[in-house]
Amino acid sequence: MKYLDEYRDERIAKALAAEITRKTTRHWVLMEICGGQTHTLMRYGIDELLPGKIEMVHGPGCPVCVTPLETIDKAIEIASRPGTTLVSYGDMLRVPGSRTDLFRVKAGGGDIRVAYSPMESVKIARENPGRQVVFFAVGFETTAPANAMAVWQAKREGLGNFSMLVSHVLVPPAIRTLLSSPRNRVQGFIAPGHVCTVVGYREYEDLVRDFRVPMVVGGFEPIDLLEAISMLVSQLEEGRAEVENQYVRSVSYQGNLPAQRIMAEVFDVCDRKWRGVGSIAASGYRLRPEFADFDADRIFGLEQMTAEEPAECISAEVLQGLKKPFDCPAFGTRCTPLTPLGAPMVSAEGACAAYYQYRRHAASVSGGR
Amino acid sequence: MCLAIPGKIISSEARNGIRSGKVRFGAITREACLDFVPEAKVGDYVMVHVGFAISQVDSAEAERTYQILESMGVLETELAPGDGETPGGAGR
Amino acid sequence: MADTNGFPGGFSCPIPLASKDTVLLGHGSGGRLSADLLRDLILPAFDNPILGRMDDQAVVSVNGARLAFTTDSFVVQPLFFPGGDIGSLAVNGTVNDLAMGGARPLFLSVAFIIEEGLPMQTLGRVVASLRDAARRVPVEIVTGDTKVVEKGSGDGIFVNTSGIGLVSQGLELSASRARPGDQVLLSGTIGEHGITILAQREGLEFESAIRSDSAPLYSLVAAMLAAGGGFRCFRDPTRGGLSSSLNEIAAQSGVGIELEERAIPLREEVRSACEMLGLDPLYVANEGKLVAIVDPDSAPAVLEAMRRHPLGAGAQIIGAVTGEHPGLVTMRTPLGTTRIVDMLAGDQLPRIC
Repeated sequence: MKYLDEYRDERIAKALAAEITRKTTRHWVLMEICGGQTHTLMRYGIDELLPGKIEMVHGPGCPVCVTPLETIDKAIEIASRPGTTLVSYGDMLRVPGSRTDLFRVKAGGGDIRVAYSPMESVKIARENPGRQVVFFAVGFETTAPANAMAVWQAKREGLGNFSMLVSHVLVPPAIRTLLSSPRNRVQGFIAPGHVCTVVGYREYEDLVRDFRVPMVVGGFEPIDLLEAISMLVSQLEEGRAEVENQYVRSVSYQGNLPAQRIMAEVFDVCDRKWRGVGSIAASGYRLRPEFADFDADRIFGLEQMTAEEPAECISAEVLQGLKKPFDCPAFGTRCTPLTPLGAPMVSAEGACAAYYQYRRHAASVSGGR
Repeated sequence: MCLAIPGKIISSEARNGIRSGKVRFGAITREACLDFVPEAKVGDYVMVHVGFAISQVDSAEAERTYQILESMGVLETELAPGDGETPGGAGR
Repeated sequence: MADTNGFPGGFSCPIPLASKDTVLLGHGSGGRLSADLLRDLILPAFDNPILGRMDDQAVVSVNGARLAFTTDSFVVQPLFFPGGDIGSLAVNGTVNDLAMGGARPLFLSVAFIIEEGLPMQTLGRVVASLRDAARRVPVEIVTGDTKVVEKGSGDGIFVNTSGIGLVSQGLELSASRARPGDQVLLSGTIGEHGITILAQREGLEFESAIRSDSAPLYSLVAAMLAAGGGFRCFRDPTRGGLSSSLNEIAAQSGVGIELEERAIPLREEVRSACEMLGLDPLYVANEGKLVAIVDPDSAPAVLEAMRRHPLGAGAQIIGAVTGEHPGLVTMRTPLGTTRIVDMLAGDQLPRIC
């Protein structure tokens, strides 16, 4: 598959790994922001190719992981109501809410459907005028244009039975929060390539200017990540702090303007709570007033719904890169993909799940890192 | 996050006021919305995420940067032919 | 609320949801949840050494003859798909469970649970398909049952088939017999059945039609048995995919298995579909493939025999059994690094991330 297979080439991977090893003179802590990038690192065993001085920690790049507890509870509440159809991306079904999860609601008879594209939910609404169809609109900026298009189309068609439960999160404010923490150890970031495909990387320049930490916009294949790591190491070794773009085949400075236009038409920026991290100012999207008729929060009267978040748990520290999954006493024993204690174990993109699936035996062999 | 994969536009049409098209990913084809890539034409490659093309692949840039990687790969193989060691060793 | 769970610093995490109070779809998916259900509820109830071996079939001795006995239920949606339907699946699935025990299939039973309102024509098609599939093996359908349930209680139609077959004397096959050094042989490309079913639901189009690989495997097994000895076990990787079968063998034999990712045969269409949906082909169901654990001396001859058979033309050696990391299946990636191939937890869900 063109533009995919070439970026999995073994010789180039080894060449990049050799280059990184040659250039690295001291310990550097790097973070890849995006869950999809974590998945690639684990699936291809990239850490085996990196020199020991490079430490990769995994960031909060999983919209499933960071969806706040009360939002999951709202989705569960909606799906439990008769005559309602909840349409969701697959991974959300397993995330534990305060008392249950969407899989169990489905088992109990709730009409919950998995969609690959948000337009499928519009189709379901069109074809089922007697049902209230709610799309669980989760994601980073990458997914926002698609979600925006769904509600925009629903409005154009005048669908009275369609609404969205919006829980979008934005990356740059989260990185700002991480960098502002006195406990931050991360010295360089691989910025999320598909988020930047949509919104460009101007905002990352602000972060670099304010914190003097190098950032490289990286893709998702093994070669992309190795190249991005190599570029970060160069910056660190040379004392530079800039935004560079590794993922040139997909990312431009200003990003995708038509996509940004529809996002601006449909969404407003708002404060948002991140599970495991807390509330971050101006880090989410909500529907603009013109789309109030499509706001599930309003239609189902859920605005006041809150959830009692348990005291901060280790998933917060994992999400912030302060601990590794196997630093958690419950990892692999009481907390597994089947019995997740927190969101990073639930989602296939979560750091804990990625570690569990791919590297668990390395942890038991080496006693953790 | 953000699983997006590259595909080639095979056909395009306007339907319900939205531009969509058939995109080929390797050996499969699927519909995708092309509204966010108005300049992409049949034969161009796009990155598709949840059924929407979010960028047109910049084939010139891809070519240019890949050639550099390619020559690195060739050079490394020539420098260390038959050497089964992975550089960096067990990165721990 | 402030349950510290003994964590340092007083941290706590959301209490895990009891996973054992309701049956979930994942319990039927062939992965870890299914295994847990067997281990925690079903095996303890029926508790006998034959069941305890947990092979795809039970081999029992009756008056000096060794019979294999198995049962399987088919709940596939859609009922009809490229390459098969619930009828042919029901015959081939049970025939294959017998074949994995080295048994020549002799007789099948068929039981229907039909939802009220199913068009008679649909039932007719399923029955015809069962007949044709049985003839092809060949195996005789000698008994059966039909029940009808109220509308809303079933998915159109459920089919159960049970089968008996004859096992040659001296053939001892079990998932607990794998030992270090044994070779892992796979009969052909993986993921076709699961992707075919998924494609119907996702509206995927393929350049060349992807069809379910549903097929009766006994003649392939017979050809393999004739070519050599040293067979530890056979498995047909259905629900849960190749990963589940190999993880089961690793666990039951107390050995590790090491795979070579580049050796695993995959059709382009299946690979492309998996890339698009974020699925791993190792977890996708097959209905016409087998994996065999064979001692290293016999492996080359067995592989040859497989490749000469129409159902084994794409056969490959995909890995080996090791004494390292018992119970774990690992895989060498195309980059020369190692990853773990874990048991599927519940259902594999298409990713967006």
